[in-house]
Amino acid sequence: MADDRILEVSNIEVVYHHTVQVLRGLSLNVPRGEVVALLGSNGAGKSTTLKAIANVLFLENGELSSGEIRFQGDVVGSRPPHRLVHDGLCHVMEGRRVFEDLTVEENLVAAGYAASSGAGRGKQKLVYEYFPQLYSRRRSLAGYLSGGEQQMLAIGRGLLGQPSMMLLDEPSLGLSPMLVEEIFGIIARINREQGVAMLLVEQNANVALALASYGYIMESGRVVIDGTPEKLMADDDVREFYLGSGAGGESKSYREVKHYKRRKRWLS
Amino acid sequence: MDWLFFFEVSLAGLGFGALYALTAVAFVVIYKATRVINLAMGEMLMLGAYMFFGFAAALALPIWAALILALVGGALLGLILERLVIRPMLGESPISVFMVTIGLSSVFIGLVEIIWTAAPRSLPSFLPSDPIFIGDAFVAPKTFWSFVIAAVVIAVFLVLFRFWRGGVALRATASDQGAAYGMGINVPMVYSLAWGVAGLLAAGAGVLLGSIAGISSEMGFFGLTVLVVVIVGGLDSVLGALLAGLLIGWVESLAGVYLGGEYEHLVTFMILMVVLLLRPWGLFGTREIERL
Repeated sequence: MADDRILEVSNIEVVYHHTVQVLRGLSLNVPRGEVVALLGSNGAGKSTTLKAIANVLFLENGELSSGEIRFQGDVVGSRPPHRLVHDGLCHVMEGRRVFEDLTVEENLVAAGYAASSGAGRGKQKLVYEYFPQLYSRRRSLAGYLSGGEQQMLAIGRGLLGQPSMMLLDEPSLGLSPMLVEEIFGIIARINREQGVAMLLVEQNANVALALASYGYIMESGRVVIDGTPEKLMADDDVREFYLGSGAGGESKSYREVKHYKRRKRWLS
Repeated sequence: MDWLFFFEVSLAGLGFGALYALTAVAFVVIYKATRVINLAMGEMLMLGAYMFFGFAAALALPIWAALILALVGGALLGLILERLVIRPMLGESPISVFMVTIGLSSVFIGLVEIIWTAAPRSLPSFLPSDPIFIGDAFVAPKTFWSFVIAAVVIAVFLVLFRFWRGGVALRATASDQGAAYGMGINVPMVYSLAWGVAGLLAAGAGVLLGSIAGISSEMGFFGLTVLVVVIVGGLDSVLGALLAGLLIGWVESLAGVYLGGEYEHLVTFMILMVVLLLRPWGLFGTREIERL
């Protein structure tokens, strides 16, 4: 069983600045080649989970205080982040984080460092195949791309390293519904065609669960409910708080202000 | 007006300007990779010159060996500084790092005065000394050869930054450290590399400068004019460093000859003010991209 898990996170706790505890014993698993969704509201610790996995907590004065993260069977903690990228773990950060004053092409060249030397060049073609829009804009500065194009570039950069697993942090952030659909379509294709496992952090639970084969829902630093998308979508609390439809199935009206009074069952 | 004289003064100015440009490139490399404004640059240059002096005069090594050792020493100095002083300061406010480099410059001046005393000295000459004429105009051979060396080195850097993958990695690291890690770029190594290269450039510029103007514990003031050069040219532009270096060197020598030596700095700092008023990001610097 453990063999087909590419990522195992067990009981991790993360503390920022030695004082603020963000994760309180979080565990999750990602099977090889599958998409797993990690959902939750703002401040639940989703991004922190991804940063802990990619081992970049130290950039923000954070620390993994207990627990263990294994990627492809080996403990993550001792490997510097650039090493992890070479080992096939790609982290597409929240807010896209393209190199704004480099052109699209230079962004991809920089990302070529993830690939074994020389292989990077051929891979650029692959990126342009998935994101043809980027090809037509390859000479413009990444800072002047639209939000959607920047997200495409961010994912494309990650693809260059031929990852076996991608950590995607809110790819839908700030994009129009049409673009979200397009990007998620491409993410699904990448997962299918390249066999890349994905841990997908999202606020947009609908699109994430449509893509995922398993989902975790986080609240204040721990997983409160997990299961297959079917199970999650059938859960009353999930439907009400993450999918935005009421218990009866009709859409909510903001006029009935009482709706937020109802307690989530898993908290009581 | 005596055009030949004007031409000769201009050539001398451009020759000196090439040294400004060379040091400015060292400045730019550090700024590009680590976003540190290194005010100890002039003193790193001074240490390079003194190392050359120490190897060539005190230890009486052959000139070429002393030169190589001085360059290696300069690179090592850059590496050590980055590892011991700059890296622990990562994430601190830019002002703190800036102040640390000011402190470093004082330490270096003190170090030089302890070892070599404050008396000015001259470096053993190693550049060809046949007089050189461009048309009818005479150029001091040291100035000419310094110019040639500086120009070649800067050209190499321009090409590297444009086309070499490592140059792109450096710019990527400067643009976003976290994202650079995510691209598999070895960020600490990029930092070391940048400081090492800058130390090497500074030592080279120091040796050239020392062979033209002699060395003293005050030659680090050269760094102040270089600061003007990089701000005028744009803190992150190698091309800007080159052109602004030549411009400042040229204007400074014209001002020195036609207006008098006391006007040299007046004129350069006036250029600085005008550029800051009109183009605060420098002539060739990158303007921050702002999304609305």
